[in-house]
Amino acid sequence: MAVAIILLLVAVASVLFHIYSPWWWTPIASNWRYIDDTINITFWITGAVFFAVIAFMAYCVFRFHHKEGRRAAYNPENKKLEWWLSIGTGIGVAAMLAPGLIVWHQFVTVPADATEVEVMGQQWQWSYRLPGKDGRLGTSDARHVSSENPMGLNLDDPYGKDDVVIQDDLHLPVGKPVKVLLRSIDVLHDFYVPEFRAKMDMIPGAVTYFWFTPTRTGTFEVLCAELCGVAHAQMRSKVIVQEEREYHAWLEKQRTFAELSEQRGVAKAAYKADSE
Amino acid sequence: MVDIPYQEVTGIPPAEVADVELYHPRSWWTRYVFSQDAKVIAVQYSITAMAIGMVALVLSWLMRLQLGFPGTFSFIDPSQYLQFITMHGMIMVIYLLTALFLGGFGNYLIPLMVGARDMVFPYVNMLSYWVYLLAVIVLAATFFVPGGPTGAGWTLYPPQAILSGTPGQDWGIVLMLASLILFIIGFTMGGLNYVVTVLQARTRGMTLMRLPLTVWGIFTATVMALLAFPALFVASVMLLLDRLLGTSFFMPTLVEMGQQLKYGGGSPILFQHLFWFFGHPEVYIVALPAFGIISDLISVHARKNIFGYRMMVWAIVAIGALSFVVWAHHMYVSGMHPYFGFFFATTTLIIAIPTAIKVYNWVLTLWRGDIHLTVPMLYALAFIITFVNGGLTGLFLGNVVVDVPLSDTMFVVAHFHMVMGIAPIMAVFGGIYHWYPKVTGRMLNEALGKFHFWVTFLGAYAIFFPMHYLGLLGVPRRYHDIGETAFIPASAHDLNAFMSVAALIVGFAQLVFVFNMIWSLMKGKEAGGNPWGATSLEWQTPETPPGHGNWGKELPVVYRWAYDYSVPGATRDFVPQNEPPAGLMAQGVHP
Repeated sequence: MAVAIILLLVAVASVLFHIYSPWWWTPIASNWRYIDDTINITFWITGAVFFAVIAFMAYCVFRFHHKEGRRAAYNPENKKLEWWLSIGTGIGVAAMLAPGLIVWHQFVTVPADATEVEVMGQQWQWSYRLPGKDGRLGTSDARHVSSENPMGLNLDDPYGKDDVVIQDDLHLPVGKPVKVLLRSIDVLHDFYVPEFRAKMDMIPGAVTYFWFTPTRTGTFEVLCAELCGVAHAQMRSKVIVQEEREYHAWLEKQRTFAELSEQRGVAKAAYKADSE
Repeated sequence: MVDIPYQEVTGIPPAEVADVELYHPRSWWTRYVFSQDAKVIAVQYSITAMAIGMVALVLSWLMRLQLGFPGTFSFIDPSQYLQFITMHGMIMVIYLLTALFLGGFGNYLIPLMVGARDMVFPYVNMLSYWVYLLAVIVLAATFFVPGGPTGAGWTLYPPQAILSGTPGQDWGIVLMLASLILFIIGFTMGGLNYVVTVLQARTRGMTLMRLPLTVWGIFTATVMALLAFPALFVASVMLLLDRLLGTSFFMPTLVEMGQQLKYGGGSPILFQHLFWFFGHPEVYIVALPAFGIISDLISVHARKNIFGYRMMVWAIVAIGALSFVVWAHHMYVSGMHPYFGFFFATTTLIIAIPTAIKVYNWVLTLWRGDIHLTVPMLYALAFIITFVNGGLTGLFLGNVVVDVPLSDTMFVVAHFHMVMGIAPIMAVFGGIYHWYPKVTGRMLNEALGKFHFWVTFLGAYAIFFPMHYLGLLGVPRRYHDIGETAFIPASAHDLNAFMSVAALIVGFAQLVFVFNMIWSLMKGKEAGGNPWGATSLEWQTPETPPGHGNWGKELPVVYRWAYDYSVPGATRDFVPQNEPPAGLMAQGVHP
């Protein structure tokens, strides 16, 4: 009796916790509302199954626990029941998988008008780069990384000269789809902004990506979601989503790769001249 | 008339394999230490696994202290935190659960349940344990080497696993990989034994479809492990070469702290494929023996045949096969080609169907049963709750697009602890309370057992159920301190503190279990040969604990499946597998 009640209480408490939990997803700031919807569908289906199984179990314990003289039924199998349960489960699974795959298809299909943004991870900081006036990012390779060229841009690539190298937080215009190109020069990292819902690992030697459209303005915290060594938890940055006009005002103030290299070159020459 | 497994045979099938020549120990050393008896090896495996498991338990306390009360314990720094999580995970998954289910339960139960005198290769079986012990010693040694154990996470992803930004880069990672290689060698020796014993050494009348589900679970898990561990083996060898000889299997061109390293051309993601080609079947290597054990516990303690035995067997086999084509669901956000997501999400959700069938059949076994709420039965019920909970959250993470926001958060940590931490441990405890009387001849104390059960089950549920919601909120895993993060409210810290207190309580409750095991060895109630009234062969041995060679002069002959409980018309509510049918008795054909 007591056992049956406790089992039932576990199921009831789990459901109540779910309903009243103050810990819930962050207010969404991207177009991936479909992902939240799919999670909700999944919660409904799995929650119903969870409650039904535990409640049935609790009832069995209550109704059929040992008493003097009780004898169990002899009931080896029931083909019909087993098939119905399998088919029902199959339908439930399909009801979760189908919307999931449809949304996944959207997730992996980048819109043609998405602008590219590059995020580069290294232990334990983030760097960002935007294509310049030509609309193309120059190529890069970890081989080219040096103190003068921290992002490892290819110096012979003309497309790279006008790339905008951001030395602080990333700004994005609201309402414009973005294709985020991800790379790393040392270990695995993962560009993770909870409010955007999307995330993807960054792999040294490869360029990965995801896309999203920011849907509201604000400042969002960037975390690293793939263990990258001892300061993994401190690898932070910010993404600031702004109205188009403010965004452009910010963009104007940013420097291109060529400008920064020149500046560094001048500084270096001056330093050399001083020391000679 | 269909061929149903519980149908009695009318004759005695001939012996398929001649009785084996046993190795007979001549001294105390060969009887109890370098023993070739599977029962002794099982106890050695179990004690070693539980001993190193206690280390992992203490590590979990340290982690929870840090997470619940960040900054309070100055002796835990970020490096150590990473070392704790890595060693905790590695020990629990491989050195505790895998070793205990296959080396412990497998060694003890397979020969007894199939009616054999011992494993078919006793000497290799003995070597298996000693190589396993060596692997555990090498693993434990990493706590004492310069730089300490590796902090690369139990997944050991390169490049960070072998670079200097990760603790334990000097010695820790090298010994970790060496220990894994040793473990796999040791396991392979044992594993071949379990498989061949099940296939070749079953006694007369013990057809495959009469095997208890425990044997089916352990057998299938072993076959899977023999196919999956080689992937981890080659990954470990290659990573060791990358670390020691500077090869570049997994290492692309990279810059570490401003320095160009001499690596180039390797693929970090290749390691992930190899790791998870092992790692996903590993989940079921731990789960299938638990499935088998739970099936038998429910059947025995509800005095009812397991419902849908044939479906249960096929579900085990189907899960075993499918689990080899789902590995990349651990890699949805790894940067692999996104179109893999369609395939792996589909296979992953299909595996839910045979798994659900198992759950239905467990609860349908309870229906119209005669449920004895013994400690093993309580553990079986708790297994179902935690396994259903963890299995259902698997439907979130397996469904590729849902995984994107949840991967690498505490949701994942909560999910896998529920499904392959707590649930299998419930099966381990249930199994120990169930078979301890056979191993020692004495019962475990029931009052202590019930106390241990309620604290462990409710406590563990209180840790891991709320943890899902931290993940939903977006709290990442493998953070020693979530610190000042805008989207994380202060209440999340309180929840962390609550989970930590629960973890400490659950940890201490395990001391009650250890005490019970030791105390009952001397003071426990005498068990007799078959205290639960069970049908399977291990309960029908002439001596308890079973003697050398298990069966005295004659091997048992099996006439029926392992689930003849509450058969209509029978005098008792169970009929042992080796009890001849009435018709044969009357004809005087008893062997």
